[in-house]
Amino acid sequence: MQEGLDDGPDFLSEEDRGPRAVNVDLQTDATLQVDISDALSERDKVKFTVHTKSTLPNFKQNEFSVVRQHEEFIWLHDSFVENEDYAGYIIPPAPPRPDFDASREKLQKLGEGEGSMTKEEFTKMKQELEAEYLAIFKKTVAMHEVFLCRVAAHPVLRKDLNFHVFLEYNQDLSVRGKNKKEKLEDFFKNVTLLRITPDVDDFFEHEKTFLLEYHNRVKDASAKSDRMIRSHKNAADDINRIASSLYSLGTQDSTDVCKFFLKVSELFEKTRKIEARVAADEDLKLADLLKYYLRESQAAKDLLYRRSRSLVDYENANKALDKARAKNRDVLQAETSQQLCCHKFEKISESAKQELIDFKTRRVAAFRKNLVELAELELKHAKVKGLVTVRSPFIVKGVTGCLCMRKRGSMRRYSGLKTVQ
Amino acid sequence: MNVISKFHGFVASSSGKSGPASLPAEDISTNSNGPKQDSLFDDDPEDLFAEATEEVSLDSPERDVLLSDGPSPAITPITPPTSVITPRIGLAHDDMFTHSSFDEIEEEEGGDSFDIHIAVSDPEKVGDGMNAYMAYKVTTKTSLSLFKTDEFSVKRRFSDFLGLHSKLASKYLHIGYIVPPAPEKSIVGMTKVKVGKEDQSSNEFVEKRRSALERYLMRTVKHPILLKDPDVLQFLESSELPRAVSTQALSSAGLLRMVNKAADAVNKMTIKMNESDAWFEEKQQHFENLDVQLRKLHASVESLVCHRKELSVNTAQFAKSAAMLGNSEDHTALSRALSQLAEVEEKIDQLHQDQANADFYLFSELLGDYVRLITAVKGVFDHRMKTWQKWQDSQLLLQKKREAEAKLQFTNKPDKLQQAKDEIKELEGKVQQGERDFEQISKTIRKEVSRFEKERVKDFKTIIIKYLESLVQTQQQLIKYWEAFLPEAKAIS
Repeated sequence: MQEGLDDGPDFLSEEDRGPRAVNVDLQTDATLQVDISDALSERDKVKFTVHTKSTLPNFKQNEFSVVRQHEEFIWLHDSFVENEDYAGYIIPPAPPRPDFDASREKLQKLGEGEGSMTKEEFTKMKQELEAEYLAIFKKTVAMHEVFLCRVAAHPVLRKDLNFHVFLEYNQDLSVRGKNKKEKLEDFFKNVTLLRITPDVDDFFEHEKTFLLEYHNRVKDASAKSDRMIRSHKNAADDINRIASSLYSLGTQDSTDVCKFFLKVSELFEKTRKIEARVAADEDLKLADLLKYYLRESQAAKDLLYRRSRSLVDYENANKALDKARAKNRDVLQAETSQQLCCHKFEKISESAKQELIDFKTRRVAAFRKNLVELAELELKHAKVKGLVTVRSPFIVKGVTGCLCMRKRGSMRRYSGLKTVQ
Repeated sequence: MNVISKFHGFVASSSGKSGPASLPAEDISTNSNGPKQDSLFDDDPEDLFAEATEEVSLDSPERDVLLSDGPSPAITPITPPTSVITPRIGLAHDDMFTHSSFDEIEEEEGGDSFDIHIAVSDPEKVGDGMNAYMAYKVTTKTSLSLFKTDEFSVKRRFSDFLGLHSKLASKYLHIGYIVPPAPEKSIVGMTKVKVGKEDQSSNEFVEKRRSALERYLMRTVKHPILLKDPDVLQFLESSELPRAVSTQALSSAGLLRMVNKAADAVNKMTIKMNESDAWFEEKQQHFENLDVQLRKLHASVESLVCHRKELSVNTAQFAKSAAMLGNSEDHTALSRALSQLAEVEEKIDQLHQDQANADFYLFSELLGDYVRLITAVKGVFDHRMKTWQKWQDSQLLLQKKREAEAKLQFTNKPDKLQQAKDEIKELEGKVQQGERDFEQISKTIRKEVSRFEKERVKDFKTIIIKYLESLVQTQQQLIKYWEAFLPEAKAIS
């Protein structure tokens, strides 16, 4: 890792805290408040400082911090998933692994290509890449924080012992990540049961159909929005290069021509900054939102799966009971087991219903907030960009209606259906 | 503006150099663009303006007539279109032209309202299969008296344009005029069109070519000398044009061109010129730098066009995906908002597409044109070097002959001596001519370069402003779309 990219303690400023929990509409509860107060990026690890403020008696102090790594978050998440008692809840989705590979690659390429560009270009690109690295870093911190906040806000999960250990124990938790076999098992679990068993309960039947379709579409939308934003960033990079080239043209000598080029270069530089910001905002408000709900809808699906499984267990227990009664052997055993299954199933169904309703409410609120903010930001940027262009020294009179767009006749797309008109 | 007056201007010695100056007497043939051999110093070139120049005198009224804008009925530079043109003015009349100067011509140009507009339109496919070609309608609108009518159009095909360029290049490049290069051939592109693929890429290709041809013609007629050239006039006006076969890429003429180009490159490396004029050295360096910079800029702009097109495609895909998501969302208000988002994104994708086109046609193509133009400029500098070389060569030859003559003086061969003396006289003439040629081409280049720089600034300024206007338009549209979407988003409850 290059120097200058290890981020120190004063990395996260106050104003960053607000929009972090953007994808989830959470009530902050004074009895337990969790956040990530600091983060350090080291080689291929990120160390998060988890800070807790609590009035609960379970903890030794009212305020304390520990350092955690990504694997420990995953351990906590998995412990929730494996806990039978939590079968009826939507387990908050685990944060994705911090992924700086792409950024690191770019930085490396930049270092290799240092000889082929001017000093100004090199410094500019380096700054760009550092900013990108920073953005990814902030995002991963945000996602880890959201996970913890969701757990802290959940009435049952917040009391989990593992969670308290996670928050308080200030040594390394020595967890091991899942190996390939375990990951494969996880994958196959979900595929099987959910589709086959039709449900008597209308609510759950509806939810099942809904979630299956929704999850797939969110996945698609998330992928497409990522691609769109990447193209946007590429275009902004190109504008950056154009601005640099124009600058070199402008610095050849001090004739009028060159002054002209310098001015144009400035304009492109400003435009580029705005384009980059548009792409970043779209990323934050749209792409992250979709990614988050992709994970949450998966967690909701997992809940439904667990409920289906318990239903199957219940039905099997019924059959076993009938068999036992018929043979008049181990009837009591079968009865208790059947009652257990019944009870478990009902408990899961009840909490699942509430969880799914909450999920919908959360989802609608998050989408609303993000879409409104997205539209407002896009408007702001478009207005600024328009002003920057109009106020530039080239356009003297106000430019409103007149423009020089090529006629579209021969350039119309021939392929692709327009579904939305 | 009158042709003759222009030539008089070039002939005059504005920088105070003594001695006559004239346009070189090279016999310029139309069948090769390569380097000229010594046999071109033909002693009897067709003297186009000999008669015309005799009519000019120092009397003011006639001179005023010459220098004014209007038509000069007594002097009409007409030759049969296919003949070889040698713009040469007789040596004996040089002293008459010392009064008109470069400066006056400059002022004339400044006050001139350049009133000619050429449009290339209506590409249509003629014929079928591999012999098919695209025919373009070339419409000229002008109030210049050079033309017979105010508005007229003809049908031309791509090889006609190439033929025109090849003729102009062979006539003018060697004497220092920057002839705008023609659009490039594209075998792949044309084959697609010939084969009849009616798809977007071949339509784009045709549109790109049409636009390039239009720019080419406009640039050519903006050049005051080229505008008056009979080949140009014929190209614009006459309904039938002899087919320019030598422009085919794989023809023998094409191969000859390629061989000549290679020979040129080798020759260039071997000429070591003593540059006595700092201006030329500076300008050459300047053009080298400009070449590098423009190429880089062009590459970046092309990349931008590519990415914007990509962005447009990806936005369209996202729009569809968002619409699907909206369909499956069971909360009605959110569902509606998502569908609206999809619509907005769909419109934005079209915006991106349009912006990409603007990027391309305004910006990228302009840069491409200038990269090619600078190659032409560099070529003109090279010709100057070659002209210098020729002059030096004939000087060396003269010296040798003189030495030989001196030796012959001591032998008793009167007829050989006479022959030597005749040869020397001839060579002296050649040396003088060589020097004049060199000075003339240097002068022409200076003027051409300053004109080029002016045009360049004008071109770039115009294009950048148009481009910025398109940016503003895009932003305004974006604002409209997002403003329409915002209340929908807020309505989610």
